[in-house]
Amino acid sequence: MNGPVEERRQHYLNVNYGLKSWLLTIDHKRIAWLYLLGVTFFFFVGGLFATLIRLELLTPQGDLVQAETYNKLFTMHGVTMIFFFLIPSIPAVLGNFLIPLMIGARDLAFPRLNLASWYIYILGGLFTLAAAAAGGVDTGWTFYTPYSSIYSNTHVALTVIGIFITGFSSILTGLNFIVTIHTMRAPGMTWFRLPLFVWAHYATSIIFILGTPVIAITLALVALERLFGLGIFNPELGGDPLLFQHLFWFYSHPAVYIMILPGMGVISELITCFARKRVFGYDFIAFSSLAIAVLGFLVWGHHMFVSGQSVYASMIFSLLSMLVAIPSAVKVFNWTATLYKGSISFDAPMLYALGFIGLFTIGGLTGLFLATLGVDIHVHDTYFVIAHFHYIMVGSAVMAYLGGIHFWWPKMTGRKYPEPLARLAAVIIFLGFNLTFFPQFVLGYLGMPRRYHVYPPEFQVLNVMSTAGSSILAVGYVLPLAYLIWSLRYGVVAGMNPWKAKGLEWETTSPPPTDNFEVMPTVVHEAYAYGAAESQAVYPAGKPANV
Amino acid sequence: MKSDHVVSIKLYSAIFGALLVMTLATAGAAFIDLGGNLNTVVAMLIAACKALLVILFFMHVRYSSRLTWVFVGAGFFWLMILLSLTLADVLSRRWLPTVVG
Amino acid sequence: MSDSSIVHAHQFDDAEQQHEASWLGMWVFLATEVMFFGGMFLGYTIYRSTYPEAFADASNHLDIWLGTINTAVLIGSSFTMALAVRSAQLGARKPLVRFLILTLVLGALFLGIKFTEYYAKIEEHLVPGSNFSYAGPLGRAAQIFFSFYFAMTGMHALHMIIGLALLTALIVKAGRGRFSSVYNTPVELVGLYWHFVDIVWIFLFPLLYLVGRHLQ
Repeated sequence: MNGPVEERRQHYLNVNYGLKSWLLTIDHKRIAWLYLLGVTFFFFVGGLFATLIRLELLTPQGDLVQAETYNKLFTMHGVTMIFFFLIPSIPAVLGNFLIPLMIGARDLAFPRLNLASWYIYILGGLFTLAAAAAGGVDTGWTFYTPYSSIYSNTHVALTVIGIFITGFSSILTGLNFIVTIHTMRAPGMTWFRLPLFVWAHYATSIIFILGTPVIAITLALVALERLFGLGIFNPELGGDPLLFQHLFWFYSHPAVYIMILPGMGVISELITCFARKRVFGYDFIAFSSLAIAVLGFLVWGHHMFVSGQSVYASMIFSLLSMLVAIPSAVKVFNWTATLYKGSISFDAPMLYALGFIGLFTIGGLTGLFLATLGVDIHVHDTYFVIAHFHYIMVGSAVMAYLGGIHFWWPKMTGRKYPEPLARLAAVIIFLGFNLTFFPQFVLGYLGMPRRYHVYPPEFQVLNVMSTAGSSILAVGYVLPLAYLIWSLRYGVVAGMNPWKAKGLEWETTSPPPTDNFEVMPTVVHEAYAYGAAESQAVYPAGKPANV
Repeated sequence: MKSDHVVSIKLYSAIFGALLVMTLATAGAAFIDLGGNLNTVVAMLIAACKALLVILFFMHVRYSSRLTWVFVGAGFFWLMILLSLTLADVLSRRWLPTVVG
Repeated sequence: MSDSSIVHAHQFDDAEQQHEASWLGMWVFLATEVMFFGGMFLGYTIYRSTYPEAFADASNHLDIWLGTINTAVLIGSSFTMALAVRSAQLGARKPLVRFLILTLVLGALFLGIKFTEYYAKIEEHLVPGSNFSYAGPLGRAAQIFFSFYFAMTGMHALHMIIGLALLTALIVKAGRGRFSSVYNTPVELVGLYWHFVDIVWIFLFPLLYLVGRHLQ
């Protein structure tokens, strides 16, 4: 198992031991692990809510839970998955771990703010869990007023305070990333030599910074209305329910780009490595990340086509929503072109990446259907919408997350995971996912509304298919949890660069030392120089030690 | 990022004086009916000028790098996106005649 | 201006990089604050355009003298803060401490006046909620105005209180001689924060106090 050399070498995991050394760490790599624990926990909590939902929907009648309970289930599923899993997952785990490594820095700009962001995340999570334990919320994760601000009898204030608190975790992460990428790149690491993973996280951080504060103040206003009667959304005073929706979606639409952009960054890394090719159209992919971040702020009204928004505003939002599809499409084309004439291997990360490309295409195209005003009138608030966003959130974002975890697992742990089992899990996830969510497109088109625990009997077959798929999906998710933990002790020891990938993170040991590099790099080559033998950087006294 | 430019007391005092004058001006102008929406426009213009003076001189943006200007501009630009697109909805809701009954 | 003898945190290459990162970091934070307050400015704008008479009428219940004086006080505190930063840049410890204390005093004065105003509003039954009482048909939308008044000035006051805490910490450190012409970043950054809070008030003042004075 461990060679004697490995046991003696000091790295970020064994440099010190004990709970305090983890809970008071300022090492971005350890903080990434803290986040990994947090997001994994919330993923399975959200999954539990999803399981109950799918079980209820096995039959057309409401026989498992009451209507009020069902409302709480889908609310808590959404809240947990979006705010406590999807939004932090790739940035706070992979972004935190990799960005300093990828740019050739010792850490992020503000390591203590980084640790603070984790504590804030946990504090927000505790508030939300407390609300769940006390009986939950039934407003939907969208908290529309005046139901949430006045009429709901559930723990709205507690939940929105939890989300408010967690929002600051996002803000601090985004702040840290932006400042780090601007000021701490290694000598020679120009903007256009950066890995596309870094570009993707820069774009995501723009959204963190400019979007999150708006939902923060919005939820704060809802809490103030519930607790102190500050009636800004109260229709009895002349309040406008649409004001809440504008404020809410101004963040929550860009939030979906927070959830997908980092995944796109992962895919760029995976596709290039497992096709052994430099990426097609680097500049276009980099700029389309920025374009998605910016354009993503101009489309939020497409969530409000049937709420009473003016038809003229709706037309503007519809048009702008079409525009935002373009940079996403550019990325898909470029990844596909990267694959063309590449030397492709089907390791587990690549399976996730390929799955991403296909499922993201479906999710993205169905987004265009929804952006079309006339079509949306019919499919709004149906399972069509649910299928659309789960193709992006689960079929794409979660798969990118898993692909990234597998790809960088050797770097993070110094161990390889069992490859055949990993490939099996990836396939199970892909099949389970499609069986779960494809029927939902049909259900939505046929008119089954979302957020109902009962439905007309003619929809049962499709619902049963969906639930069956979700049980396969669950197996697929539990497998990596098991074998990744297993690999920590029993996995094959990984060398510095088991994938023979390009990138500064692969030019240091696995696991890296606390300060990331024994000798700081100076970058001399472009990114993704597959085909060239040299590494991307040079080091003063030759290669770093412990090669 | 920001040059170590030291601003003179004289300049700071002049800015302070200007800010006080503009405060009195905006308070005074509020009592004069300028017709239509002009009171609001004038008030907002004066406020914007005051804010600009604070940003440029008290916050040293006048002497800072272009990157700082981008960051400063981005915040206000994004606020404008929020305001303008939402107002596009609110102000145009009554344009389409609705059928009653 | 980079001096390798200046201590800097381990993740940075030198003090200049640290300074650059800190400066940028504060501006990124201020951008988040613009959007944070911005949400309330949006709500205010929507309702003012929908209920112009009620907003004008309600605004006239605010004390314009106290509002104007407070605006001058806050601008004065920005002036003293700028002078404090200047003193730090010049390595002048005593003036730095004096100007920081002045800023603190003016900030506290602002809050004192503000809470006096709040107390008056409580007495006049103008706090939204079950105790709200407003004569006439404009009462409903007037309550929305006062919701914004309390939410926006309350959030602003919270930021002022945080600012006072930061100033206190700075005064203690400055008194101990922790700042010099080569290292005064914390003073600079608190200065940026303080000026930002001033700018928020510069917009709040006309929007809350000066809506309907010409109709009085």
